[in-house]
Amino acid sequence: MTRVFISRDMASVALGADEVARAFVDAGVEVVRTGSRGLFRIEPLVEVEVPDGRTGYGPVGPEDVSAVLAGTHPNRLGDVEAMPFFVGQQRFTFARCGVIDPLDMDAYAAQGGWVGLDAARAMVPAEVVAVVRDSGLRGRGGAGFPTGIKWQTVLAAPGPEKFIVCNADEGDSGTFADRLLMEGDPFCLIEGMAIAGHAVGADYGYVYIRSEYPFAVATMRDAISRSADRVAPFRLEVRVGAGAYVCGEETALLDSIEGRRGQVRAKPPLPAIKGLFGKPTVINNVLSLAAAPFILSHGASAYADVGFGRSRGTMPIQIAGNVRNGGLYEVGFGVTLGELVNGIGGGTESGRPVRAVQVGGPLGAYFPPSMFHLPFDYEAFAAAGGLIGHAGLTVFDDTVDMAGMARFAMEFCAAESCGKCTPCRIGSTRGVETVDRIIAGDRIDENLEILRDLCDTMKFGSLCALGGFTPYPVLSALEHFPEDFGGVSAFATAAE
Amino acid sequence: MLIIDWKPRFDGGVPARQSGRMGRKDRPIERPAVQADPIFAPTVDRLKATLGVDRGMLLPWLHAVQAEFGYIDDRIVPVVADALNLSRADVHGVVTFYHDFRRQPAGRHVVRLCRAESCQARGGKAIERAAVQKLGVAMGNTRADGQVSLEPVYCLGLCATGPNALVDGMPVSRIDAARLDRLIDQVNA
Ligand SMILES: Cc1cc2nc3c(=O)[nH]c(=O)nc-3n(C[C@H](O)[C@H](O)[C@H](O)COP(=O)(O)O)c2cc1C
Ligand code: SF4
Ligand code: FES
Repeated sequence: MTRVFISRDMASVALGADEVARAFVDAGVEVVRTGSRGLFRIEPLVEVEVPDGRTGYGPVGPEDVSAVLAGTHPNRLGDVEAMPFFVGQQRFTFARCGVIDPLDMDAYAAQGGWVGLDAARAMVPAEVVAVVRDSGLRGRGGAGFPTGIKWQTVLAAPGPEKFIVCNADEGDSGTFADRLLMEGDPFCLIEGMAIAGHAVGADYGYVYIRSEYPFAVATMRDAISRSADRVAPFRLEVRVGAGAYVCGEETALLDSIEGRRGQVRAKPPLPAIKGLFGKPTVINNVLSLAAAPFILSHGASAYADVGFGRSRGTMPIQIAGNVRNGGLYEVGFGVTLGELVNGIGGGTESGRPVRAVQVGGPLGAYFPPSMFHLPFDYEAFAAAGGLIGHAGLTVFDDTVDMAGMARFAMEFCAAESCGKCTPCRIGSTRGVETVDRIIAGDRIDENLEILRDLCDTMKFGSLCALGGFTPYPVLSALEHFPEDFGGVSAFATAAE
Repeated sequence: MLIIDWKPRFDGGVPARQSGRMGRKDRPIERPAVQADPIFAPTVDRLKATLGVDRGMLLPWLHAVQAEFGYIDDRIVPVVADALNLSRADVHGVVTFYHDFRRQPAGRHVVRLCRAESCQARGGKAIERAAVQKLGVAMGNTRADGQVSLEPVYCLGLCATGPNALVDGMPVSRIDAARLDRLIDQVNA
């Protein structure tokens, strides 16, 4: 019997994959639902099993069953992995995503699953921590803090009870790698958490998933119960967020798990010392934890050998917005922004010129094409007045109104502020009003000065990055696209 | 010591520290004992058994209550507080902090339209304007006939194929004028 592979990822389903799968089942074909390979232009993608692999067709609709089975469908892609979008990737973390049935334990094991966990458990905890440290892995949630050092701190913290918390809140616009992994290869994250548990002496974990990801919640819960025996004595559970962006901030997230308002805690104490329920806690992003199985099974240097400067290993980069080849591109650090947007991304979907790219979510800076030479690297982006954050790129064409985007950044901060500090809570609302006055042409120079001043106050007077980094999109829009703020003001130039 | 031991139970016995404000010491605050409204009792009993009464379970409790009733009725707040041994203010504070929790019933259909940057880059604002106009309800509101609620959401993780929405929990991508019309027919039906 013919076997076909169709993704059940939320993005594929949003494009009609369920209807396609149903049509194949109705035609008597065996359908295996997988995660998504991560190139959304070709979704819904159907891969037909052939003697030497799989032949892909995409996008296809439910009416295309017979043309696909006959091999005559015009959207024939051949071997999907041989497509340019995939050959250039280094899929360390996402190796299985889109290939296997995400809840098939046998397929997971057959594709290298659990090797990292078994390797870790054959070592003493300090050795595991050393391997992760030597891999150079830095936190993928945004701050880029070395994961090995975080684990070392928790390992050294005294106490009989410790926790592993996975930050799957992924609130940044333009990012979806955490979701893709949880839906496409949930055992990889579970394995990573179990490795972390062994490394620091924790036997309980929480995966905090945002409520906007219902598919990921269901897949993770199912995967956790299927793999319970395999990862025992480590146990874990899913907790679902409730639509608060700030709960992605690690201390707010801990408060949320404890059943409180998601308010940011002052640090110190670090969560590593006093975290969930006051116990030493590792809190890491999905991608940080999901990198651990590869690192433990292939060795620290296999990971560290890839990369750029102090950014080691691979980054699952998410190319989004108005872009032709939007999707997930996992590759070693160092690829330039221009390569990502124009080369791999293929430029805008609208066919118009690229005008701006926001890197790193709603707190990330906007870059013009003149800065496309920047290499994808934590330090290079920080030096250029931005951040790579969770590695989401949002591409805009020349119809974008950058003053409108600056306003949106302030509006978003106002809506999502946890309310603890005044610059963030009140400043963001003042920011919206000030940008509105600039857009209306009201005393532009004076209001630009107020806006810059306000950004300064938010930058230095906020407890966390929500208030502290909202100035990045605002100031970068102002700096690189002054013509959208009532023309190139004499004052704005003089103030540089 | 006393203060540490003090547990906020609404049984009428108000500790001295809690009595009144600004010198009105002799007038205790009126706090009625919690009487579980009969419509909530079976739910609360079930949640006690399935989720337990740890304070850390407050969010799962609230999600479950909302899943059952469609919203979090103000009248269930004291009941939940009592079950988890929290103050009403605690529970109220949590309900109002999180965007997901509603205090009024939603429409029969809920359209959650993404407003975040990547969807904006793909024409999301125009779709939002059209949705507001064609549905006949402002963003963040429920239509007067109770048929549909239109709510903002900030990113669904489908950012390469926007504009996106969740319609009654199911994701929809690449929303253009035609798809919007189909979607509107679906929620008006
Ligand atoms: C407002 C705000 C939102 C954040 N959202 C997320 C998020 O959604 N996911 C995430 O992993 N980290 C997020 N972070 C970063 C976390 O605070 C923290 O640095 C991260 O979970 C640490 O894990 P890592 O070292 O593996 O990156 C956010 C930070 C701030 C200030
Ligand atoms: S900066 Fe904003 S979100 Fe962060 S702690 Fe302060 S008020 Fe809360
Ligand atoms: S920005 Fe709309 S789905 Fe991400």
